This record gives sequence, C-alpha cells and structure tokens, in this order.
Amino acid sequence: MKILTGNDLKTGAVVWWTGQDWSLHVEDAVDVGDQADTILAREEAARRVNASYAIDAERDADGGVRPAHIKDRIRALGPTVRPDLTLKPADPDAGNWVI
Amino acid sequence: MVDILRFRDDEPVSDPAVTVDAFVDQTNAAAVRIEPGDDARALLPFLEQLRLVEVNFPSFGDGRGYSSARILREAGYDGELRAVGDVLVDQLSHMRRCGFDSFVPDKPFDAEDAEAALQRWPEVYQAAADERRPIWAKRHG
Amino acid sequence: MYRYDHYDQAMVDARVEEFRDQTRRRLEGKLTEDQFKPLRLQNGLYLQLHAYMLRVAVPYGTLNSAQMHVLADIADKYDRGYGHFTTRQNIQYNWIRLEDAPDILADLATVEMHAIQTSGNCIRNISSDQYAGATADELVDPRPYAELLRQWSSFHPEFLTLPRKFKICVIASETDRAAMKLHDIGIRIVRNEAGELGAAFYAGGGMGRTPMIAPCIREFVPLDQLITYSEACLRVYNRYGRRDNKYKARIKILVHELGKDEYARQVEEEFAHLQTQGIEPPIAELERIKTYFADPPFEAGLPDDLDRSDPDFAVWLDRNTHPHKQPGYAIAVISLKPVGGIPGDASAAQIHLMADLAKEYSFDELRVTHAQNIVLPHVRKADLHALWRRLEEAGLATPNLDRIGDIIACPGLDYCSLANARSIPVAQKISKRFAETGKDEELGELKLKISGCINACGHHHAGHIGILGVDKKGTENYQLLLGGCEGDDTSLGKITGPGFDEDGIVNAVEKATDVYLARREEGERFLDTYRRIGMEPFKEALYG
Repeated sequence: MKILTGNDLKTGAVVWWTGQDWSLHVEDAVDVGDQADTILAREEAARRVNASYAIDAERDADGGVRPAHIKDRIRALGPTVRPDLTLKPADPDAGNWVI
Repeated sequence: MVDILRFRDDEPVSDPAVTVDAFVDQTNAAAVRIEPGDDARALLPFLEQLRLVEVNFPSFGDGRGYSSARILREAGYDGELRAVGDVLVDQLSHMRRCGFDSFVPDKPFDAEDAEAALQRWPEVYQAAADERRPIWAKRHG
Repeated sequence: MYRYDHYDQAMVDARVEEFRDQTRRRLEGKLTEDQFKPLRLQNGLYLQLHAYMLRVAVPYGTLNSAQMHVLADIADKYDRGYGHFTTRQNIQYNWIRLEDAPDILADLATVEMHAIQTSGNCIRNISSDQYAGATADELVDPRPYAELLRQWSSFHPEFLTLPRKFKICVIASETDRAAMKLHDIGIRIVRNEAGELGAAFYAGGGMGRTPMIAPCIREFVPLDQLITYSEACLRVYNRYGRRDNKYKARIKILVHELGKDEYARQVEEEFAHLQTQGIEPPIAELERIKTYFADPPFEAGLPDDLDRSDPDFAVWLDRNTHPHKQPGYAIAVISLKPVGGIPGDASAAQIHLMADLAKEYSFDELRVTHAQNIVLPHVRKADLHALWRRLEEAGLATPNLDRIGDIIACPGLDYCSLANARSIPVAQKISKRFAETGKDEELGELKLKISGCINACGHHHAGHIGILGVDKKGTENYQLLLGGCEGDDTSLGKITGPGFDEDGIVNAVEKATDVYLARREEGERFLDTYRRIGMEPFKEALYG
C-alpha cells in the first residue's frame, strides 16, 4: 500500500494521512493509491502538513500498518533507545516492531 | 505589494542591461547584468561609464551576488546596484549592507514586511559596503 | 568568560524578534517551507525524525552556571527533560515545537545565549580547546580570538549564503585537542621568530563523504590582520566554492581542486585588496575581549598533593583530570558516557547539578568538549574528592575519559532524518561488552567514534576505531575503520572490509582490540600498535 506521512507544521509531530486528516498513529494510515501527489499538494498548501511524502507500507498480520523502511517505523514509534519517549512506552515489544 | 524598491535620488537608468560579455565588447553601454558565475572585477576598468549594474539571483540560495556587489562598491562604483531575481524580503538588510540600493524581485514584496526587514538591525558587527559604523568602531570611538 | 555589552544584547534581541516574525509569516503562509527553511536553519532549527530539533550555540564550548540552569529549564519546559551535547560543543533538544521556538530563543537571550548560525550555509559555531585558559601547555588562551571571530561571523552580510556550512576552530597549543585540522578553517595561535603572536591558518579540512586534513595555507598572519585575512578566505570560497553539487560544495573540495598553493595565492590577492578597506577592528577591541578571559582569582600556595586512599577516587583522578597551569588546581572532566548510556545526553536534573558544581567548585565556568563530555576547568585539588562524590551520586563520574567507554556517537537513525543506521544502540552494546569483560581497563587510551551516516557527525574518520552506519538494501549495516586520529598527527581511518550487522560490529570491535592486546609492545596505545603492524593482522582476525 502507499501511505502518506509528514510532520505537523506547528508542533513537528510525525503524522499519517487517514483519508480525512492527519493522525499521530500509523495504524490510522490509509492506502492512497495513485492520489499521493494530489493529496500532498493540497494538504501542504493548506499548511495542514509539512515536509510530507509518500511511502510504501504493508498491512500487518493484526491489521496494523508497517512502513517498509526502518526510518519510517522509527518515526512511527519514537526513538528505540528511549522507550519511555515513544508512543507506546508501556509496550516492551514495541521496539521489536521497528526492527 | 512592492515591485521595485529603490534607495536613490537620481533618475533610474532606462538602458537595457547587457551581459558582461557583451558589455566588455561595447564602448557605450551604461547598464550591465552580472550572473552568479561572472567575475565582477571584469567590470573594474569600466566603472566610470556604468550607471546601472544588475546582479541576478536566479536562486536566493546562491550567494555569489553579495560578493560581486561588495567588490564593485569597494572599487568605487557609485551607480545604481540592483538586485534582481529570486530576492526575498529576509535578505534585504544584508543586501543593503553589501551595497545594493535597488531591488526588483521576481515576487513582489509585502510592503510592511520589507520595511520591518530594513529596520531590523539596531547595530552591525562588521564593516561592509554601507555607511553603518560597526559595533567595534562604536566601542572604541 | 565573555559578557555581552548592550550592543551584543541588542543584536541577540533583534534576532529573536526577526525569527518571531519569520515564524509568524511561515505559519500564516506568507513564507513557503523552501523560503523558511534556510531562515530557521540559521536559528538552529531542524525538522528531524520526531519533531523539530533545536541546536543551541555554546560559543567555543564555554558557559556559566546561569546559562546551564536555563538550558535545563528549557529541557523541562519545552522538551522532554534532557539535552544532548554535540561533537561541536553545542547542545541539542530533540522535541521542539516550531510555535515555541521564538520563546525559547527569547529565554536564551536573557542569559546571553542563542542559536544563531548553528545550521545553514553560513559560518557556524567557532570551536576551541576545552582546556583553554586552564591548561599549562597553551601559548595563550585561544578564546578571545574565537570571540572576535564569532562577532565578525555573526550576521555577516556577505557570507550567509555560502555554498555550504563553514566550521572554524581556534587553538593555541602544540597539542591539538579540538581536531583543528579537520575544520574548514583551523587556526593555531603561534609565536614567530621575533616573538610576536600571530595565527597559522589551515584551510580545507573536514570529514563527511570526502574526509581531508587541512593544509597550512599561511604560517603567520599578524593578529591585527586576523579578521581581514579570514574575510579573504571566506570571500574566495563564496565566489568559487562549487554550487553545482551539494556533496562537493565544502571548501575542502575547492582547496583540493585548486591545490593549496593556488587557493592561498587567491586569498593573498583578496587579502591585499581588503587591507585597503578598513575592515579590521582595532587591536583595542581584541584587548577589550581579552579582559573577559583573565584568570579567575586563583588562590596561591594551595597544596598540590592529594589523598588518594580511596581507590575509586584514585582511578577517576588518574583518568578524568588534567593538569592545570596553577599549582593546587586541576581540570576535571565530567563523563556523559555511563556504561550502556546514551553518549552526550544529560537530564535536566544533571544539567542543574553540573551548573551548581561549576558555581561551587570551578569559578562558575564549564566547557563542553567535542567528545560530548563536560569540563570543570578550575577545580582546587583539595575539592576534587568532594566533587567526585557529588558526580558519583549523579552518575556523572564514569572514569573512562579517552577510553573505549568514552564513545563519541551521533544521534543516528533514532533521531536524525539524515541517518542510515542507528548509532546509539551500537554505542550502548560496545560500552556494556567492554565493561562486562573488564577489557575496557586493559585497553587504555582508545577513541571510538560512531556515525550513523556518511555525514560523519560522529567523526568516525578520526577515531582510533571508527564505525560508519550504512543502509545495506534496507537494513542497517556497519563498516569498521581503524587508525584515525584527530590530534597533531591527524590521520583518517581506513575501512577494514565488508560491513557487519549490529551484533557483528560489536564482535568485530572486540576482535580488533584482541589483536591489539595480543600484539602490543610496551607503552603502545591501540593507535600506535595499528600504525606499527598495519591493517593485515586486523583483517585476518576479522575475516579469517
């Protein structure tokens, strides 16, 4: 699948396109097919996202979304060396998902 | 919105600005345009006849024009020194310091933003091509 | 240390307002990201993996307790309770919001700090020797010259759109503790035969994709021509540095392609012209700055001997202190490299503590080193034990200066959008492995440096052992380099061969150090043994 990601302009937080807006959670990302450029241009112009781009991803076994590249998985979760600062501080296996 | 910003009292030159190559071949051109890759010092023998030098900024990130401007002022050029092209409001004060006294940006400036940018710096740290006294001069009279 | 006068303060305050205005215009859509990006970079604000990252300048690595307290407050108020000290003596925050950045800069300005030109295609923070003003082996304190250059370079109207970043280093001792020859311009203050002080200029050093050692382009520039000569160097670079290819745009490429003699000749020509332009500050300005760097009121006649009966204290004393020019005093190094920790990171609480310790024990002064540690430059020997106890309590007393546990590591793929691989987990694993086996004790001096990508912010080319993270078909892979050195005998590390995965690189480092332990002769460090026996024995051990 093709999903869209970027950073919130004001806060810098990593965000994912849900089909309607931008979510902090990669699980909410939708497949945009061949609409990436159109959506990104519109959303950037409206300043609803910054530094956005399209990436490949797959659906997990449990329905989650797994970005193809480790860099985007780190963006999705947070730094692997500070689990307490990630989106899933209580989940001891969260780091494994990144790798 | 401001299409042209000019800090001179004299009449603007209406001659078309020729390229540096063309200029050094002619005897009577009064206006020349410098590209980033041109050597401003090629104009030094001709400063007397020059009344307008345009310095082109095809991209605001290419800063060679700042050196070209200062070099011309250091050599005594006192005609119009105009920044053209991808010139942004946030560069105005630095360009003034390098000797530019007119601006024709590709995208017009917001008048208020331009005014704020020009008034931004109460002091300056270095000597440059403008008349401002650097902080070190003020500290030591 | 330098203190702002009203002119300096006015400049920093104006800069805060300028950036506040630029941020507003970006958020309102009057500036595109392409237009805004260079403006925020020149205020140290990157967009990184998780958020904006702010790099605050610590000019030539020197700061006081009031400033450290504000750095800790910023970590708590605007970030997630910690900061990261960098390989250019600055501090970085990783979780910054753009909408807060102008307020952060305003807070910094209240203690004479800023983030001016810590990124972007301009002259960056000027670095120096972390022992300046305290060590016995310097000619003079190099920092007044660094301060003079700092002011000259700040908002310099001609040099804010250079082909690429520009890093300057100023030292004043024979021993190069600041990797001077690996800078775009390196300056060493020297004395000529007539006994006059002047500056030896080196140009075209750097790491990154094409590491190079800066050649000397002029052996002696009189001190009253320092700014004019520097301006000539920069103008030649601004005019002729490559702008066609981002990876060939540093001055090292220009110096290499022209040859050092031709670059030096062009600088001389420009220098001769600029000398007619009156751009040099009067020598009185340098003298004025120097008054801020006078010695603190050292007590005379203090005892030089120490009670070494506590064995742990004795170890820390031997490893983490450096001789001071004043009898009865020492330079103390606070380690930000606990075993298994994140190199260079410090919590807000630790930063507050270091501020307090500086005020109590070091005439209110601290230094940031390019090895990502903190220095208290002027500690009475009689106070070292009490200081050590306070550091121990806070996890800041790891006695590993310049040893394998004292790893320099960039933030890597855990934080940085430029990275190809994570560097911190590798540092942590190596640190733990060598502590567990006890080999860190046996190895002695061994500078290990890790970069998560070819941009080399971890200075891996200059490590006795260097590690470079690469992307190998989508997975993290690590190359091993041996034999780099950042000091006077600067050398660039050589790659051993094929790379390794994360566990593999830790094993590879251990194998390389085992070769050293087996082959070393009396008094040899790892680097010395490598230089004597060459790469072959290491290659054999690694690849069989």
